[in-house]
Amino acid sequence: MAKIKLSERKIQELKEVCKSFNNEKGELINVLHKAQGLFGYLPAEVQEVIAKELNVSVAHVYGVVTFYSFFTMVPKGEHPISICLGTACYVRGAEKVLEEFKRILNVQVGETTSDGKFSLSCLRCVGACGLAPVVMVGEKVYGRVSPDGVKDIVAEYRS
Amino acid sequence: MIKLTIDGKQVEVEKDITILKAAKTVGIDIPTLCYFELRDMNIENRPGGCRICVVEIKGRRNLAPACSTKVENGIEVNTHNIRVLNARRTVLELILSDHPAECLTCAKNGNCELQSMAQQLGVRELPYQGEQSTYRKDTSPAIIRDIDKCIMCRRCEMMCNEVQTVGALSAINRGFMAVVAPAFEMNLEKSSCTYCGQCVSVCPTGALTEVDHSRNVINALADPAKTVVVQTAPAVRAALGEEFGLEPGTLVTGKMVAALRRLGFDYVFDTDFAADLTIMEEGSELLDRLSRYLKGDKSVKLPILTSCCPGWVNFFEHNFPEMRDIPSTAKSPQQMFGPIAKEYFGKKLGIDRKNMIVVSIMPCLAKKYECQRDEFKVNGDPDVNFSLSTRELAHLIKASNIDFNSLPEEEFDNPLGESTGASVIFGTTGGVIEAACRTAYELYTGKKLEKVDFMELRGFENIRHATIDFDGLPINIGIAHGLGNARKLLEDIKDGKSEFHAIEIMACPGGCIGGGGQPYHFGDSEILKKRAAAVYQEDAGKTIRKSHENPFIIQLYKEFLGKPLGEKSHHLLHTKYFDKSASVFVEE
Ligand code: SF4
Ligand code: SF4
Ligand code: SF4
Ligand code: FES
Repeated sequence: MAKIKLSERKIQELKEVCKSFNNEKGELINVLHKAQGLFGYLPAEVQEVIAKELNVSVAHVYGVVTFYSFFTMVPKGEHPISICLGTACYVRGAEKVLEEFKRILNVQVGETTSDGKFSLSCLRCVGACGLAPVVMVGEKVYGRVSPDGVKDIVAEYRS
Repeated sequence: MIKLTIDGKQVEVEKDITILKAAKTVGIDIPTLCYFELRDMNIENRPGGCRICVVEIKGRRNLAPACSTKVENGIEVNTHNIRVLNARRTVLELILSDHPAECLTCAKNGNCELQSMAQQLGVRELPYQGEQSTYRKDTSPAIIRDIDKCIMCRRCEMMCNEVQTVGALSAINRGFMAVVAPAFEMNLEKSSCTYCGQCVSVCPTGALTEVDHSRNVINALADPAKTVVVQTAPAVRAALGEEFGLEPGTLVTGKMVAALRRLGFDYVFDTDFAADLTIMEEGSELLDRLSRYLKGDKSVKLPILTSCCPGWVNFFEHNFPEMRDIPSTAKSPQQMFGPIAKEYFGKKLGIDRKNMIVVSIMPCLAKKYECQRDEFKVNGDPDVNFSLSTRELAHLIKASNIDFNSLPEEEFDNPLGESTGASVIFGTTGGVIEAACRTAYELYTGKKLEKVDFMELRGFENIRHATIDFDGLPINIGIAHGLGNARKLLEDIKDGKSEFHAIEIMACPGGCIGGGGQPYHFGDSEILKKRAAAVYQEDAGKTIRKSHENPFIIQLYKEFLGKPLGEKSHHLLHTKYFDKSASVFVEE
């Protein structure tokens, strides 16, 4: 795990977050939620600071982070790719599309490519069922994506 | 009182107790897996997760876990009808579906609670062949984590977090991938683990076991160029017999010595000798600090804390490094023995330290780590080469076809095998400080101590305190066993609230008799009590019961060391402590 060094200012902000919850052990989930909002993800160092502030073990914090799939320890890529796996998309082959993204980017769901460019995640229905299967890259929506089209989408952002 | 029936038997019990305990009162043992209890020590694990203990309560739709369901008036409980038996078996089969079937080569073979459960419930095939979760093995200096064998009972987590307050372990991930691991799934070595081994003591499966050094010892014994010396800790003789079917609390000192000789050790010595030496040094340090303090020396730190438990040393190096000048600087008996064997005994016989192998038999897993610490090596050669647990010694004896129970009682070799009653009680909580009192009293007052049994220092209460009269000078003594209890005393010292002059701390509940390397007690605290009684029995049977009266200790000071706290002692028998708070989790 590559260790990032948090800036003093960021650490201060994080401590403020803990303080806003009175450094209560019982508020760990809420603190983590806010912290993820602040950093975009929850690197080890952030968890260590939180553990110290809330006076719980780092192992416990990590336990909670890994229990809820909402929390992530990997920074999102520059271009976060989300594939809808809602029913409509699923029946129209979203899984094959997902497989193709995994193959081309060489990452699993929840991971980020080593150059930091792309991260891959799945979504439940985004409400664009008419366009199924749907893929989102950042804010941009791609409809009726086929496995063959995946490499073109990726190429758009590679340059 | 609550009245209910269990398997047709009328039962009357206090309210608020569980069906599991109520059933025990009428001799019905409902099988459990995740549940764990050490009575008298306030240790209980009741996550209610495995559901092996399910029973039927008449009229209720769902089966209830007996370990976490309270008794109620008038209920009719059935612990073994067909519905219960089928459910219990299914639960076990599901657990086994994600468990490697490696019993033959597993370190826990024969001592595994999952294995005996499969036998008890008559599992003959594994109908659910699912995908198996795979984690890498993690080997630290003392403990191996083979987490594929984890069944998520969470006993280790309870021990590490609630009892020891170390917080090295936590349940992580969920569902099928759920296991117990250190933060960020790093190696235990990178965590705040103290190697107390209490998680190993309670793990029902082979997921947590000790690093086995038996092979290294066998190799050393086979090497004609090496003189192999063994030392045995006080608590080992009070528990080793259990591995050979003897009643808990049977003292096997003489048979143990005989077995070690049969195994081929050149000299069979006693860590108790080194424990006497520890008392000489630690006791003198106590008196030195005390008299300077009484003279008004403001630089003196009191209370003095014992330092013979390496699990405890690891704990304060990680958690209270700013207080590391309070513990005694005396090494543990294991580490005092090493240099005395190599630098004194070995030199006397003309054996170069490189050709001498010192093996220790310990109730302890922290000692495996301790003997590998850099400060206990000379040019890379460790003072103590290998530390084996009581369990490993038992294996070694069995593997060598030695019929333990029919061995004669033999004596330790001299000079490092002679010991006093004071050193034997090191094995149980309260023993070190009692031994120290016996010596410190006489050295301080110059008077003979008539009554050597300090009953007020004995027992199993989590934190104990007593005031001992040093001929007009009241000495306040504190005792804690289990690191959670130690933490409380430390917090008091930190806040300036401590009234104690001296505090004994042992990392393991019960002290070394309950150490992480002892035969498994499976949650039976009576076993620990019997071991403690055995240790006191051995003490009472000794003619010499004060460390400073050990004739070979007197000779050692005369011939070699000079005086306690002298220059040579300082060099060979004392150590220093490090701030390890930052080393935890810092990865570059
Ligand atoms: S050895 Fe002790 S400190 Fe280390 S993980 Fe086990 S219980 Fe925790
Ligand atoms: S490692 Fe052992 S004690 Fe800990 S949860 Fe797994 S099976 Fe239970
Ligand atoms: S109490 Fe004894 S067995 Fe436990 S860690 Fe300390 S020295 Fe080892
Ligand atoms: S023993 Fe009761 S739920 Fe595990």
